Amino acid sequence: MKTAGRVVRLAEHDRPQLRFLLDGKECEALAGDTVLTAMLVEGQALRSSEFEPEPRAGFCLMGACQDCWVWQEAGPRLRACSTPVTEGMRLRTTAPETWP
Amino acid sequence: MSGASSPRIVIVGAGPAGIRAAATLVVAGFHPLVIDEGHRAGGQIYRRPPDGFVRTPEQLYGSEAAKARALHAVFDQLVAAGRLTHCAGSSVIAVHDGRLQMLGAGGVQVVGYDRLIVATGASDRVVPVPGWQSAGVYSLGAAQVALKAQGVALGRCIVLVGSGPLLTLVGAQLLKAGADVAAVLDTSSWRQQMLGFYGLAARPIVALRGLVLRMRLGGRYHAGVTLEQIDAGASGVIAMRWRDADGRAHITPCDMVGMGWHLRAETHLADLAGCAFAFDEQWQQWLPTIDAMGRAGNGVYLAGDGARLIGADGAEIAGRLAAVACLMDLGHAASPSRADLRKRARLKRFARGLARAFPWPAEMVRTLPDDAIVCRCENINAAAVREGADFGGGEANRVKSLSRAGMGRCQGRYCQLAAVELVAAQAGCALRDVGRFRGQAPVRPAPGGAFLRED
Repeated sequence: MKTAGRVVRLAEHDRPQLRFLLDGKECEALAGDTVLTAMLVEGQALRSSEFEPEPRAGFCLMGACQDCWVWQEAGPRLRACSTPVTEGMRLRTTAPETWP
Repeated sequence: MSGASSPRIVIVGAGPAGIRAAATLVVAGFHPLVIDEGHRAGGQIYRRPPDGFVRTPEQLYGSEAAKARALHAVFDQLVAAGRLTHCAGSSVIAVHDGRLQMLGAGGVQVVGYDRLIVATGASDRVVPVPGWQSAGVYSLGAAQVALKAQGVALGRCIVLVGSGPLLTLVGAQLLKAGADVAAVLDTSSWRQQMLGFYGLAARPIVALRGLVLRMRLGGRYHAGVTLEQIDAGASGVIAMRWRDADGRAHITPCDMVGMGWHLRAETHLADLAGCAFAFDEQWQQWLPTIDAMGRAGNGVYLAGDGARLIGADGAEIAGRLAAVACLMDLGHAASPSRADLRKRARLKRFARGLARAFPWPAEMVRTLPDDAIVCRCENINAAAVREGADFGGGEANRVKSLSRAGMGRCQGRYCQLAAVELVAAQAGCALRDVGRFRGQAPVRPAPGGAFLRED
């Protein structure tokens, strides 16, 4: 399987593929992946900390820590660990340029 | 929902406690509303993967597969038969005076209740380790959720640290699934673990199963370690620095660290519902005050690990008991099962053994370097928390306002216990005298638009 990102797929390989955009680049995910899984199969982090330069990649995966909120191109943010990735999603690791 | 004359009973959480509470109420003729954050009922320990995943319950839950199957089946049957209303993927963000706010895909809705059963479970109790704010550091629960619900490992080379049953379990599960686990580092020494023996003997098969899993970890497992630092590069974790029980220094290269020291009860909603709290010496944390059936007063009942940390089997019992208490209070003929009460006493003894064998590492927190991050939401270090205590004294909420620890995204869920430990050490007072962070609504982030209505 893919080797670019942080996450390693160990099981459940036979699922339909879908496509989404990450920072403008077309990427593939599997149906049933969360946004967190899909983004971390591609890369090492979901976002950068608001306070320090270090990147963040989620922490609890059960909706309690709120570390994994990511941006979408259209504006609204979503919690990556609890949101399934869907065909055509346009995700970002940084805030859109239009964000004040 | 049932007719206006029937009392409205709301259950928050569809894990083992919430499911058993719901089933008990349905048998008595009620139609509860069950609100749960999961997309499918089951909770964390019996969490179900999304549709289209093919591993069997035996592969997902191991020795607990039959319990998972039974719980899922009971709930699914009640939903299919229209005997309860299930609001999946929804969070309760506030509770006050017989009303709660529910945040779902359609925004925020106000729901009234006559009786409220809170079964919100627990999450990992974590301790700051210098460098833990880096990408690639996760809770042990996260590693397990990733494996169970997504079929993935959160790193290519994994080090697990902490103490408690989940440390061994997650290590063994990851190895079995084919992940590369470099080390499993337990801050509890063998000697300390033996002190829990009497309690752990209350469930000999479970204890034995734990030992077998521990043996599967082989030379990766080290007891009585000291955790020094998580090293990170530009893209996240690169190594774990630690000392073994003999004081020898080790550097284990890795790109993921999973951490957890048993559990922390999720009590925000109980707090907002006005429940009283007491400091629990055994778990070194504040827990809501309930009677033997789970009554917290004011029409509120608490069940499961969010009230008492006795695990999934205990949660099923507590869910039934809370529902029975609710029925009794509504004037229905109901009584607790004696078998449940007996079994729970045994589970409590076992939990005491766990608490003894895998303790909260107070000394490790108290000696945290000044520049170590305590609150990873807002990157607030130990020095800031200590200064808060110097300036404001040994009171949790004063230090919270002064340092901002606990005011970030997670609302103190993952820093509070370490922060109050630091405050107690700095102010020279007892942990119980420092108090706890007040819960604040909304207990989950809610976008402003969620509160706007079309009408």
